[in-house]
Amino acid sequence: METKNIMIVGVGGQGTLLTSRILGGIMLSAGYDVKLSEVHGMAQRGGSVVTYVRYGDKVAEPIVEEGCADVLIAFERLEAMRYVQFLKKDGVLIVNDQRIDPMPVVTGAAQYPENIIENLSKQYKVYSIDAQSEALKMGNARVFNIIVLGMAAKHMNFSKDEWLKVIEETVPPKTIYINKAAFIKGFEF
Amino acid sequence: MLGNAAIARGAYEAGVKVSAAYPGTPSTEISENLTNYKEVYCEWSPNEKVACEVAIGASMAGARSMASMKHVGLNVASDPLYTVSYIGVSGGLVLVVADDPGLYSSQNEQDTRMIARAAMVPVIEPSDSQEAKDFIKIAFDLSEEYDTPIIMRTTTRLGHSQGLVTLEDRVEHENKPYERNAAKNVMMPGMAKQRHIYVEKRLKKMAEDASSMSINRIEEGDKKIGFITSGIAYQYVKEVCPEASVLKLGLVHPLPTELIKKFAASVEKLYIFEELEPVIEEQVKAMGIECIGKDVFTVQGEYSANMLRKVIYGTEPEVKPYDVPARPPILCPGCPHRSVYTALKYLKIHAAGDIGCYTLGAVAPLNVVDTAVCMGSSISTLHGMEKAGGREFIKDWVAVIGDSTFLHTGVNSLMNMVYNKATGTVLILDNSTTGMTGHQDHAATGKTLMGEPTYAIDIYNLCKSMGIDNVVEVDSFNQEELRKVIKEEVARDAVSVVICKAPCALLKGQKFPYKCVPVPEKCKKCGACLRPGCPALTRKEDGTVSIDMTMCNGCGLCMQMCAFNAIEKVTV
Repeated sequence: METKNIMIVGVGGQGTLLTSRILGGIMLSAGYDVKLSEVHGMAQRGGSVVTYVRYGDKVAEPIVEEGCADVLIAFERLEAMRYVQFLKKDGVLIVNDQRIDPMPVVTGAAQYPENIIENLSKQYKVYSIDAQSEALKMGNARVFNIIVLGMAAKHMNFSKDEWLKVIEETVPPKTIYINKAAFIKGFEF
Repeated sequence: MLGNAAIARGAYEAGVKVSAAYPGTPSTEISENLTNYKEVYCEWSPNEKVACEVAIGASMAGARSMASMKHVGLNVASDPLYTVSYIGVSGGLVLVVADDPGLYSSQNEQDTRMIARAAMVPVIEPSDSQEAKDFIKIAFDLSEEYDTPIIMRTTTRLGHSQGLVTLEDRVEHENKPYERNAAKNVMMPGMAKQRHIYVEKRLKKMAEDASSMSINRIEEGDKKIGFITSGIAYQYVKEVCPEASVLKLGLVHPLPTELIKKFAASVEKLYIFEELEPVIEEQVKAMGIECIGKDVFTVQGEYSANMLRKVIYGTEPEVKPYDVPARPPILCPGCPHRSVYTALKYLKIHAAGDIGCYTLGAVAPLNVVDTAVCMGSSISTLHGMEKAGGREFIKDWVAVIGDSTFLHTGVNSLMNMVYNKATGTVLILDNSTTGMTGHQDHAATGKTLMGEPTYAIDIYNLCKSMGIDNVVEVDSFNQEELRKVIKEEVARDAVSVVICKAPCALLKGQKFPYKCVPVPEKCKKCGACLRPGCPALTRKEDGTVSIDMTMCNGCGLCMQMCAFNAIEKVTV
């Protein structure tokens, strides 16, 4: 099988590491060679963060190159725009419809771009969701990332049950129920 | 398995008994993962020099031992490193040193191989998680075989990437019997002269043997292009030119001269593909071999497959990135550092900065931190400023340093201020943890790396014991108190220390009983609450402010900034 490339981008602190652990877990359980690369340290403090996940028969480098991603999962609109050139022409962009102003925008040194999702939709296959609101409705704002993952999961070749099993094995025991529910919410959105 | 987890696993399997480290991205997870193996004693030491010396002592006592650190940590540990190179080992001794090409979380981009060459210490370099585990075991064997400490060099991309790893059992190694051997273990001039001769011989012998070591291998392919490469760069070569001939080096110092000559003779065009400095390239050129390296590949930043593709095939990705506002890292909502910096900004005080999350005080909107060099440097640079410009120059200056950094190398600098009659003010930003690397314990937190309760060094009394009369503790979130105390202490004609206390907002077990809620009808749209730059606050189109309840930790800083009571603290 040709190597598949997934990327997760967002703002440090949004839970990209947990999401990538679940992604890595499902690919491992399916018997693929998996490589995954993530960002720790200073960038995690509210900076732009990116995680690469690659799986296939034999994977060499751990990072995804520009123009090669099959699925790009963005936890924030501006981050979707920052990394969209990593998508293949027929790649899929899953974007959480949330705006988090970076410091240059807060201080007035830069403008937050308008109509990001509309503009990206002209070039790419884009699926968006306001996962923050959906998660709040479920009573736990933090699980928004699993809702987005659920939405992205529809574009990967694993069954719902396989996903739920990996989620159960990956998240803290107390949060299994809410995370599973969040996944299903995204998967069926 | 994360590269760093694989290193820990490999060390466990190799029979390591003692590990010491100071946290530093991208090496921190090695020690954290070692705590999973009860057979290994592991600790956070106050700094890398101490960690290295702990490992040296354990090796002298006969046990396999290791220290891990980031690249700049090796600078701190370089004093013992240069001399333990002469001493060699009893139990195998490995230093894992993590370079950071691309500066994801560092103050420079130095190449560990350069230091290792200067110290005449061999370097082994893995290229994925499996090799990370395998190579550290080989490193321990080589260390004992050649009587030398070994450096295992990793990079951010290796340590923070995950790949499949096959696990094996631990092999126990009995501690080697201790024998007094002053000629080997006491480095005085007469003894060290003899050991220097041995070190040169050792390196020469290893260079000869390296050509037949299995970790240096030729992968024969198309003879038109050949690559000499190592580490993560090898993976980019395999991705872009899977057909090419490759000499993959596992031992990158000393180099296998014969193997390199043989490989170079077998290919038409030879590339040296190595991240950071042209360490391999310069040595290959010195062998009289023609090759292409840093004239086409950069010495800066991280490599990638696309970067290699562009040089080899001239192709570039079709789609260009959008021009979007940058998103630099920022202090978290509820971060106590933001509050301290807000007070400094109000008082128009400059800060000599240090290494930690609080270095972020150098950028907008706070713009308070004027300098940052290395761990512990804030206090000594402030002292130097006073000696250069006099009391007048530092009348509106303080040094800022975190609790963990203070214990790392700040303590010596503070002693120096007392000894040499300084009058400056030091702010210790005590958030009860090593923050930026992900919340590691240190000597003042009361808990060891292995999770045991221990005596917590009292920073207040430590400062007092140096003879500093003016040591004041302040709540980091109390603006009024902060401003008052800092103003007083800066004006004082003696060394003073202000310990600004409040735990890191991300620290486990933190409770946030409040949220800050705007009261729009009272809002005068002045924007004062926005000045500290809390990411939870945004100005709405009508000029009033909204606070993101999922981000707000209820620290109350914005509330204290508002003169019109237009922000309230509510219990949640």
